[in-house]
Amino acid sequence: MLIDKIVAKIPGARAEGNETPTIVVAPGDYRALALFLRDDEETRCDFMVCMTGADRGESLGVVVLLESTTLGHRVYVETTTTDREHPALPTVSDLWETANLNEREVYDYFGIRFSGHPDMRRLFLRNDWVGYPLRKDYDASEAANPVRLESDESPDVTLSCREDGGEETRSLFDDEEYVVNIGPQHPATHGVLRFRVALEGEIVKKVDVHCGYIHRGIEKMCENLSYPQMLPLADRLDYLAAHQHRHALCLCIEEALQLEVPERVKYIRTIMDELNRLSSHLLFWSTLCMDLGALTAFFYGFRDREKVLDIMEETTGGRLIQHYNVIGGVSADIHPNFTRRIKEFIKYLPPMLKEYDQVFTGNVIARQRMEGIGVLSREDAISFGVTGPSGRASGWACDVRKRRPYGVYDKVDFKEIVYTEGDSYRRYLVRVKEIVESLRILEQLVDNIPAGDFAVKTKPVIKLPEGRYFKSVEGSRGEFGVYIESRGEKTPYRLKFRSTSFPLVSVVPHLARGNKIADLIAIGGTLDYIVPDVDR
Amino acid sequence: MFDFSVITQWIDQLLRGVMPDAAALVVECVLIGLALLLGYAVIALALIYVERKVCAWFQCRLGPNRVGPFGLLQSVADMIKMLIKEIIEIKHVDRFLFGLAPYIVIIASVAAFSCLPFAKGLQVLDFNVGIFFLVAVSSIGIVGILLAGWASNNKYSLIGAMRSGAQMISYELSIGLSILTMVVLSGTLQITELVEGQADGWFLFKGHLPALIAFVVYLVAGTAETNRGPFDLPEADSELTAGYHTEYSGMHFGFFYLAEYLNMFIVAGVAATLFLGGWMPLHVPGWEGFNEVMDYIPSLLWFLGKVGVMIFVIMWFKWTFPRLRIDQLLRLEWKYLLPINLLNLLLMVVVVVYKLHF
Repeated sequence: MLIDKIVAKIPGARAEGNETPTIVVAPGDYRALALFLRDDEETRCDFMVCMTGADRGESLGVVVLLESTTLGHRVYVETTTTDREHPALPTVSDLWETANLNEREVYDYFGIRFSGHPDMRRLFLRNDWVGYPLRKDYDASEAANPVRLESDESPDVTLSCREDGGEETRSLFDDEEYVVNIGPQHPATHGVLRFRVALEGEIVKKVDVHCGYIHRGIEKMCENLSYPQMLPLADRLDYLAAHQHRHALCLCIEEALQLEVPERVKYIRTIMDELNRLSSHLLFWSTLCMDLGALTAFFYGFRDREKVLDIMEETTGGRLIQHYNVIGGVSADIHPNFTRRIKEFIKYLPPMLKEYDQVFTGNVIARQRMEGIGVLSREDAISFGVTGPSGRASGWACDVRKRRPYGVYDKVDFKEIVYTEGDSYRRYLVRVKEIVESLRILEQLVDNIPAGDFAVKTKPVIKLPEGRYFKSVEGSRGEFGVYIESRGEKTPYRLKFRSTSFPLVSVVPHLARGNKIADLIAIGGTLDYIVPDVDR
Repeated sequence: MFDFSVITQWIDQLLRGVMPDAAALVVECVLIGLALLLGYAVIALALIYVERKVCAWFQCRLGPNRVGPFGLLQSVADMIKMLIKEIIEIKHVDRFLFGLAPYIVIIASVAAFSCLPFAKGLQVLDFNVGIFFLVAVSSIGIVGILLAGWASNNKYSLIGAMRSGAQMISYELSIGLSILTMVVLSGTLQITELVEGQADGWFLFKGHLPALIAFVVYLVAGTAETNRGPFDLPEADSELTAGYHTEYSGMHFGFFYLAEYLNMFIVAGVAATLFLGGWMPLHVPGWEGFNEVMDYIPSLLWFLGKVGVMIFVIMWFKWTFPRLRIDQLLRLEWKYLLPINLLNLLLMVVVVVYKLHF
């Protein structure tokens, strides 16, 4: 019905699929459709979940997954252009802020230029990279891109493409601006991320984000791997949410195969997800304290995180990256000590949390450093696609565990922590309170793990039926999604990970502007991005 | 109570007996200089070890425990490493100023160090404006830090140095005013007389309320003055990597490092001298027996003990609190500490004029 309305409004549009419909439009109608979907009362697709470039052989295009945060429905929008030499599509970066970096990613991978986009630079690859790696006719030989030994100068100018096809160069920084380079090697960027920051005294004027220092081309690699082979790569995106990310990939493949996993598996996976969340949030707490100069607190957090890692290690063999989920279940049954140690940990942590509050949460300096700093409004959070604890601190109830339950989250009782202020302090509080909620979830599950198999048997060669599949889970720092486009082969035609940290990084320039340089560190710390997840 | 001047005078007479007065003076100066530098280095090494152990205990760790018994030789090993490390020459720096900066910092620190009264009769510099001289020379260190940041030709260093300049000049005021408050109470600027004046009770007790306020203000400002946490913005490792000494290596870095620890010792030493009686034992008027027992403890131990307590408090600050932001730091000084200090000075004048102190 809604589709009919869209087709009536935009005559060129064509709808496919039923559960999550795909609307295919010509590039000329793409912007009109996007505007309609965003603003119409019945669609209200204010959240761009993910944007994927796609190579269809004779044409290139993008697939955008939109969601309405108020109405809950999802819709794919697809537009393609047949010009493979100079492909150009209209931008939607002014409609959804998150499209800004995503369109740069598509440009980087597929060479599609977005007319009207203010900043058309490569995002992950070097500026002198030859070719667009995710195109199907890409020349991956070393002759095309030999290992270059000289460093890649980052230009101070950027291109923007006008609607009529012309180009404009624009300089990123004025001559008078005092530009300080923060990263890629810097203690507070939590990995190899680089900001170029224009300062006026201590005040941040502009931030230019540079990604790609640990870009590994995981999405490209996945196109050449069979489904069981690609699972370990999912752990290596956000190493602090390794289990959750792999969970998402397994769920997506299982959904495509219409494979029902045993109840025991669901319980184990959910418990492991929460343990992973605990370890991630404890690490967040520690590193934030360290960023703000409280070094002692850092050690307290790590001391307690170690206990979570020990529990996971006993069952999975891994501490940081577990390799535990497989298609159809988990790789091994839980260790006999598993439930006992979790119960011990549930008793152990709350007094420690009290100590955390005394040493940091209640500290007047810590409060002053975080309260009212880097305020992200609800609208901006949705527009930038900032999900997870950071989004919930801005008043957006975006918890996938509540909105689209998976595992056994529909059977447990837990509170979704939501604040409305959206400042650094609330982002911090959300995570600290989620630690308590995770403990509550564990408490409800740990005694009720049903007996049964820990995995169902699957065929060694898995072929997904033709179609597109998207499945998301609540990672430690937001909604992590897996988008698979299958043509019925044993490898995916296109696989895209909806990164949780990518939107978090894209929002840094917006939040840091006008704040002090020390606030940039506090904002980065409370957003809690993980760089391997950004660069993929 | 043992008076160290017995020893110094004996050496003096011995030297004068074998050589002319002028030569004896030169030899004495060299000896004092050597003793001073040796003491400086030893105390710095001891402090580095203590800081590592103290912070390790705060952080549920063991700290250094491999080199020597209880890791006691760790900081000696580090010193040797520092001494034999290459001093890296950096392109595009102002070579002269870059090299000069650490020496200014260390000279200011040694000069201030020489004013401290370690024990009865054990003091290098003692003259009628001693405490004033101490404040004056210790502030020369700022010049070194500013130069280091400027000459490094590094943006982090420059921001660190500018922060440091703003911070130290601001907090210098509080230090000066709280020292002035105690000078009003004691009526002298000479350090030995300041200590002698506390024979019948430490100034912290004698001056009651205003002295207590001055003590707290001095502690806060002194911590800020030494660029230690929570006021370690000039280095702010998570923001500026290492601030003004980012580009320094080898012993040039070592000088900054030593000066930082010695400045902590000096701040603690001045606090002990002004508020806690310096090397003066704890005396309670009327308790003759108690006072005599206290006198048996050597004055050097009294001084080092008090300094030790102060240093522990300063370390406690550092390993507990998060770092302030530059505007919060300056607000704390100009909006809170400075007005409190000025009022406190007035209060102390009233107390002294109307003889309300003990």
